[in-house]
Amino acid sequence: MASLKEMRNRISSVKATQKITKAMQMVAAAKLRRSQDAAEAARPYARRLASVIANLATGVSGDGAPALLAGTGRDDRHLVVVAAADRGLAGGFTSSIVRAARAHIDGLIAQGKDVKIVCVGKKVTAQLKRPYGDKVVDNFDLSSYRQLTLSVAQPIADVVTKLYEAGETDVVTLFYSRFKSVVQQVPTALQLIPAVVEGGEPASGPAAVYEYEPSEEAILETLLPRNLTVQILSALLDNMAGFYASQMTAMDNATRNAGDMIKRYTLEYNRSRQAQITKELIEIISGAEAV
Amino acid sequence: MAKLHFSLVAPERELFSADVDQVDAPGAEGDFGVLPNHAPFMTTLREGRVTVRDGSTVKLFDIQGGFADVGPDGFTILAEHAVEVAS
Repeated sequence: MASLKEMRNRISSVKATQKITKAMQMVAAAKLRRSQDAAEAARPYARRLASVIANLATGVSGDGAPALLAGTGRDDRHLVVVAAADRGLAGGFTSSIVRAARAHIDGLIAQGKDVKIVCVGKKVTAQLKRPYGDKVVDNFDLSSYRQLTLSVAQPIADVVTKLYEAGETDVVTLFYSRFKSVVQQVPTALQLIPAVVEGGEPASGPAAVYEYEPSEEAILETLLPRNLTVQILSALLDNMAGFYASQMTAMDNATRNAGDMIKRYTLEYNRSRQAQITKELIEIISGAEAV
Repeated sequence: MAKLHFSLVAPERELFSADVDQVDAPGAEGDFGVLPNHAPFMTTLREGRVTVRDGSTVKLFDIQGGFADVGPDGFTILAEHAVEVAS
């Protein structure tokens, strides 16, 4: 049985922890709103770009199609980009992305494919370096960026394109967490190369004859790398929002657990305090009787 | 008179989206203006200024690189960087 002083100490330490988790929850809630807005605001650009590319791609499919769209025609070497959080204390946020990615990677290895991994986020690197140390070719730490812009996504896209152009990889897949709602983030795999052209029908029907300046291929050639960057950026923005959402939930739970703990300890403390008082009274009374 | 639906979108957000009379933009192979009911047209853009005219109001944007898409449903500029300039 712990002494009364020990119990007092324990209660005050749990109270201090509760204050911290409460503060973190509120900070996460505020940041969640901001990052959710950022993710929303970036959506029109990504959507338009995707629809323009879909339009163009239907025109240039065939031999003349750029390599980023057509792929290498093989499927032997895979590059997996895993993007998650730089910081912890967000429940199972990073773990759930890493778990999805590992299932994918293990599947590829079992099929005898060559796999390379690029980690985005400190926590991802820590979790993937251990099982796949030699396969991790590059890693990024985004914790120093206060705001996610294209210039943050660009170096990641550059690494991916460089590996692809050097013939080191045939298929590139990006793992991130799609922000569905505050309570739901879905680990998602997105194939970056060869670019998946969504089956969206051309907005105006095939009848629209476009004039191109310069040529169709040249435009597509400049748009595809940009699309890659934009896709990475919007994945990062989704991740950011998801991270704060799950941090908020995790910290809310932690605050509640701390509250339960304080209640339990306080009850126990009061009980043993009373028990001790009673014991002392009995001792005094029986001492008085003996005299 | 027919209006042209014009939107200017940067990666971070949508800067402008409304019906206007005329838009001038710096194409990679020369500046061009777009009026309502323009023929479908697609081009890359260089660094320069986009002028949006609607009635007597004029709005100016500086853009850095990007891409223009004139379709039957309007004119869209996807700019890499874009800022509004006080006219």
